[in-house]
Amino acid sequence: MSISFTLNGDAVTADVDPEKPLLWVIREDFQLTGTKFGCGIAACGACTVHVDGIAMRTCVLPVEAVAERNVRTIEDLDIDGTSNPLQTAWLEHQVPQCGYCQSGMIMAAEALLQEIPNPTDEDINAAMTNICRCGTYDRVRNAIHTAAKARQGG
Amino acid sequence: MAKGSTAAKWTRRTFLASAGLIGGGLALGLTLAPNRLKMSADTVKDADEAILNTWVKVSPENQITVLIPHSEMGQGAGTGLAQMLAEEMEADWNTVSIEQAPALHEYTNSDLGRGYIVGEGAEIPAFIYPLLDFSFLQIASGLVGQMTGGSTAIRLTGHHGMRRAGASAKGMLLAAAARDWDVPLSELEAKDSYVLHAGSNRKESFGSLATAAAEFEPSLKPDLKDPDTYKIVGTSKARLDLPEKVNGRAVFGMDVQVPEMIYAAIALPPIRDARALSVDQSGVRKRDGLGQVLNLGDVVAVTATSFWTATQVLAELNVTWDGGQQDLSSEAIRALHENDLAHKKREVMDSAGNTETSLAQGKRIDATFAVPFLAHATMEPMNCTAHVTHPTCEIWVGHQNPLFAKAAVADVLGYDKDSVTIHSQYLGGGFGRRGDMDFVTIAARIAAQLDKPVKVIWSREADMANDSYRPAILSKMAGSLDGSRISAVSHAYIDASSGMPDSERPFAFPYDVPNRQIERVKCPSPIPVGTWRAVDFTQMGFFNETFMDELAYEADVDPLQFRLDHTTDPRRRAVLQRLGKEARWGADLEPRRSQGVAMVESFGTIVAQVVDASISDDGGVRVNHVTSVVDCGRLINPDAGEAQIKGSVIFGLTSALFGEITLEGGKIVQQNFPDYRMIQMENAPSQTVYFMPSGNPPGGLGEPGVPPVTPALTNAIFAATGTRVRELPIAKHGFYGV
Repeated sequence: MSISFTLNGDAVTADVDPEKPLLWVIREDFQLTGTKFGCGIAACGACTVHVDGIAMRTCVLPVEAVAERNVRTIEDLDIDGTSNPLQTAWLEHQVPQCGYCQSGMIMAAEALLQEIPNPTDEDINAAMTNICRCGTYDRVRNAIHTAAKARQGG
Repeated sequence: MAKGSTAAKWTRRTFLASAGLIGGGLALGLTLAPNRLKMSADTVKDADEAILNTWVKVSPENQITVLIPHSEMGQGAGTGLAQMLAEEMEADWNTVSIEQAPALHEYTNSDLGRGYIVGEGAEIPAFIYPLLDFSFLQIASGLVGQMTGGSTAIRLTGHHGMRRAGASAKGMLLAAAARDWDVPLSELEAKDSYVLHAGSNRKESFGSLATAAAEFEPSLKPDLKDPDTYKIVGTSKARLDLPEKVNGRAVFGMDVQVPEMIYAAIALPPIRDARALSVDQSGVRKRDGLGQVLNLGDVVAVTATSFWTATQVLAELNVTWDGGQQDLSSEAIRALHENDLAHKKREVMDSAGNTETSLAQGKRIDATFAVPFLAHATMEPMNCTAHVTHPTCEIWVGHQNPLFAKAAVADVLGYDKDSVTIHSQYLGGGFGRRGDMDFVTIAARIAAQLDKPVKVIWSREADMANDSYRPAILSKMAGSLDGSRISAVSHAYIDASSGMPDSERPFAFPYDVPNRQIERVKCPSPIPVGTWRAVDFTQMGFFNETFMDELAYEADVDPLQFRLDHTTDPRRRAVLQRLGKEARWGADLEPRRSQGVAMVESFGTIVAQVVDASISDDGGVRVNHVTSVVDCGRLINPDAGEAQIKGSVIFGLTSALFGEITLEGGKIVQQNFPDYRMIQMENAPSQTVYFMPSGNPPGGLGEPGVPPVTPALTNAIFAATGTRVRELPIAKHGFYGV
C-alpha cells in the first residue's frame, strides 16, 4: 500500500505496510538515520520528529497516520546550511555526550520554542520528557534558554 | 602465530618508525606494546597487534589528523587526546581533526606497522600489570570501562602515548627543516603548525615539511613540554565530534548502511540458560520481505528486509524454551549471599591492629548494606552489523574494545583473526556494556547462516533482560568509637566478581583507622555481571561512605569534619575543605531539607560531593542541587570534564532513586524504561562542579563522579528524616524520587 506524505519538504510515497511505524519508514525506506530507535514504546523520545509542526514519537506511530501530512526530521533543521538557533546553542553549550538521544531532544525543543518562544524552566520540564542516559539535562535546559533568546533577536 | 613466540619477539624489539603517505605527508605511529609487561602470549596474537596505539598524520595542506584508538561513547576522549598530541607537537588547534583509528586498515595492521615500544622505565600505571596476566576474554571484559572510557584514555593512552607521538612528530619536522635549510636544529622553533628560524626569518608549514620529515627517525624518548607552558591542554576546546551530533549526521552502529543489508530481530532465552527446543512458525502471517527463521539454540532470529517486519514475525513465533535456572529469584540470591557471608570461609583483604578487641571495647555500631543488580540501559540498544563470507568477516559496531571484538568474532567463527575486520562506529552510550562480546558474536553467528550482510538489532526488552548487570551484593560492617575517633572497622562483603582484576578493585576502608579487618566471600553471580560505570566503587563507595556517616552521627561530630578528622592525605583534605566552602555546608535549611556529603577516590581522581535534598512527608525525595569538587590531577579539557562529572551525577542518582533489576522464576522482571526508570529533565538537580588545581598526572573523569553521589544522597535523607538508607534503591525504605 502506498502512503504519501511530505518529508523534509519533499513529496514522498512509501510503498509499505501502512502499520509500519514512521520511525522505521524514515530510517529504512528513506535512509534518514538521524532519528533514533531507543525503546519501541514511545517512552524515551529518541524517535521524535515533527508532524505538522507537532513533536511526535514515531516508534509506535503507523505511517498511515501521517498520510498527506508534513513530516520534518532532524536532517531538515539546518535550513540552507545555516544552523538552527537550537543547533548553534547546542554547540555553544557543548550539550551532547554520546549524542544518541540528541536528535530527539533537539526536535522536542524546536517544537517547544515554536509553541512557547520564551519558555520557563517549568515549561521546559513539561515539554522535554526525553531520556538522556548520559545526563545532559542541565546543558539541554541552558541551551534551550540561549536559543530562545537568539530566536527573539538576542 | 605459535603461542609463546610473540611475547619473546616483542620484548626484543624496540623499534620506531615513520612513513611517508601516498600523496605526500607524514604518518607517525606509536604503539604501547603491553606484552613487554608480561602479557600472556594469548593476549597479543600477532606482532603488529597492540592494545593501544596512537597516530598522527600531517597532510601537505598542513591539516593534522589524530587517529584515536579509543571508542567515542560520549566521554569526549578523542578531543582530549588530540589536545595532548597537538600540545606537544606545537600544532595549530584549528587545523586538527580526529579520526577513529581501527577503521583504517593501513594503519592498524599493515606494513606501515609502525610503532615503538616504550622503553625501560616507562611510567605505566601499576594497575595494568595484573590485567595483563588474565586470559584473553577476561581482559576484554575487565577493561571495558577503562580502555575506552575516560578513565584510561587520557591517563594511559594520552599521558604515555599521545604526548610522545606529538613530540616525536615535532622532532622529525624540526630535523627536516634543519637539513633543508642547513641550520642547526637548536635554532629552530615549532609554533602553530609552522617551523620557524629566527636568524634567517624562514618559515615553513608542517605540511610542506611533512614528506621530508618522514625520512627521519622519530625519537624514542622525545623531550616533553613543561606543563606550565601548555596552551592547548587545560583549555576548554570544543569537542570535535559534536557538530555532527546536533544535525543527525553522526553514524552510530544502529545507523550503518551496507549494500544488500537485511535486518534481524532476535529472541533470547526468557529464563537464564534455557535453550530453544523448537520454533513453531504456524502462527506467522505472510509478509513481504520476510527472510528466514533461525534457531541457534541460545538465540532465535528472524531476518527480513525491514527490522519492523522481523520484529512482527518474531512476536508470532511460538518458541519452546527448555531448562534454565527457573528457581532463580532476587530473594534466592539474597538468601545465598546471607548464607555465604555467615558460613563460608572469608578471604582477608586488609588487616591491621586488633579489630575484634577494639570493637568489643568501644562504642559499637553494626550495619548491613545491600545493593541491587543494575542494567546499563544505553540509549542505543545493543546492535551489530555483520557480513560473513568465506574466508572473511566484516563487522560494523560501536564497541569499547574493537580489538577484542575482532578476536571474539574470529573465535566464534573459527576464522583467522586477520580475516576479521571491525568498522568502528560511534557508541550510543557504553558504560561498560559495550565491552561485552555477546552482541557481536551473536551477530556473527547469525550472519554466518546468511549470504548477505545483516544488522542485528536488540529490542529494548531484549537489551534490558540480557545485560551483564552491576552485581547485587551484600555487606556487613561494624565499627567502634573511642571518643570522637574511629577505633576499629570491620567489613565483610560478598564479591560477586565484577570482571575487574583485584588490583583495580577497592576494598580498603578509605579513612585513617588503626584497627581494620576487611574480608570478602567470593560468590559468583548466577546471572551475567560486568563492568558498570565506575564498577566496584559504586558499591564500596555506598557502604563505606554511609557507614562513615553513621559513625559521625554516633560520635556527634559533623560528618564533613568527621571525614577531615580521619584523613591525612593533603589532596583529599583539600577537596573536602573546598567542598565545605562551595556547598555552604552547614547552612540553615528549612525542615525536611538537608545536605549529605560523601567522598570517593577512583581511577586516579578524588571526587567529593554534597547533595541538597528535600523530602516530603510521604517520602518523596527531591534532589535540589549537587555540588562536586574534583581533583583529577592535570585537567585536559575543563568543559568536557565538567560534562562528565555532571553526567555521572545523573547516572548515580538515577540508580539511587530508581534503579533495580530483579528476578522472578528465572526471568528478569524489568523490561523497558517505565519499569527501569530514568531521571528526566524534571527530576534533574541543578549542579555546580569545581576542579582543584593539582600537579598530579591526569586521572579519569568518565567514572569517578558516579560513586559518591549515592551515599551523599542517602546521607542527606538521613539528615532530613532520621531514616538510614542501607539498601538501594531508596524505595526499599519507603522513599521515592520526584
